Amino acid sequence: MSINATLIGQVIWFALFVFFCMKFVWPPIVGALNERKQKIAEGLSAADRAERDLELAQEKATANLKEAKDKAAEILDQANKRANQIVEEAKDQARAEGERLIAQAQGEIDQTINQAREQLRKEVAALALSGAEKVLASEVNRDTHGKMLEQLAGEL
Amino acid sequence: MAGDTQQTSGEYIKHHLTNLTYGKHPDGTWGMAANAEEAADMGFWAFHVDSLAWSGGLGILFCLMFFMVARRASSGVPSGFTNFIETIVEFVDNTVRDTFHGKSALIAPLSLTIFCWVFLMNLMDLIPVDFIPTVVMDWGLGIHYHKIVPSTDPNITLAMSFSVFFLIIFYSIKVKGIGGFIGELTLHPFTPPNAVAAIFLVPINLILETVSLLAKPISLGMRLFGNMYAGEFVFILAAAMLGTYQFVGSWPWAVFHILVITLQAFIFMVLTIVYLSMASEDH
Repeated sequence: MSINATLIGQVIWFALFVFFCMKFVWPPIVGALNERKQKIAEGLSAADRAERDLELAQEKATANLKEAKDKAAEILDQANKRANQIVEEAKDQARAEGERLIAQAQGEIDQTINQAREQLRKEVAALALSGAEKVLASEVNRDTHGKMLEQLAGEL
Repeated sequence: MAGDTQQTSGEYIKHHLTNLTYGKHPDGTWGMAANAEEAADMGFWAFHVDSLAWSGGLGILFCLMFFMVARRASSGVPSGFTNFIETIVEFVDNTVRDTFHGKSALIAPLSLTIFCWVFLMNLMDLIPVDFIPTVVMDWGLGIHYHKIVPSTDPNITLAMSFSVFFLIIFYSIKVKGIGGFIGELTLHPFTPPNAVAAIFLVPINLILETVSLLAKPISLGMRLFGNMYAGEFVFILAAAMLGTYQFVGSWPWAVFHILVITLQAFIFMVLTIVYLSMASEDH
């Protein structure tokens, strides 16, 4: 239990091991630990950033989608309106054309009727005249009775 | 029991508490001491070969273990043993950071060395008391005395605590200057307002401060020695009384002793840090 030169030996051991630890053990391990700490911190912040970016992109996508939907609805609306307009226009046009055709046909019919009537009148007058000539022979003078005959023909 | 079966319990215990000593005999020659009396006659110039060999071996084991990890330390994913070593390093680093606020490249590696080395030396306590002595005595080497727990040798613990004491003085002078260090020793704890009284109180202050300064390394070394010596003594008593069935006594004590081993290593480290941080702080 005596104090002796073992003290000196142990102090030398102690100094050696502390020196070794200070020189070759502590710096590399603590350096690696710090480096890893930094790496992890960077990774975490990168993850945070990515998450934020994703959020932003999602918001943007939603906004884009909404805009597209609105535009599509607007276009559909316009198209509908335009279609209605075209139909209306076509209807009007068709009606006008029909009326025009009807008027034209009516005009032609009237003309034909008039022509036929005129012709008929002439023929009836000639027929009546010839009939009357035959009946009355010479008694009836075309010139003197012309007025009367014409009146007759007008009654037809 | 190891060796001679004719031993009495007293002789057995005494045998287990004797170091293997190499030193200068009173007649001037150097050699191994044959027994405890011869070792005591050697005076100061004697070396406890077993203590020095085991403490050196365990220190080298510590250095190799940590150096292996340090060599392939990287910021990648650590695995297994690397992880274990890094956990210890981080633990020591945090403890130093919490207590020591100055900047020093020495103090953290010093703390790591103290913690691991003292832990390993204390750990030898858990090896059954007769195992290694029997191996070196009966199985060929013929070495009569062998203590395998270096921290039950006051030379070992006091050598470490006085190394720390040297560092305390070194840091005190480095941070405060020689004048500051002397001032700290002579002008505290009594600080009267007028100069005459201060001069009058210098001797008293010097005595008080010297005592408190010297108490640090002595209590530091003797605390570790006392705890480990007492623990070792219980193991030896169990072996002496129970013989072959010593595990009945020593196993529960070993389980409890795991706590003491770790705690004493930790206390030695923390007190070293505290003393050094006190030394490098100005009041």
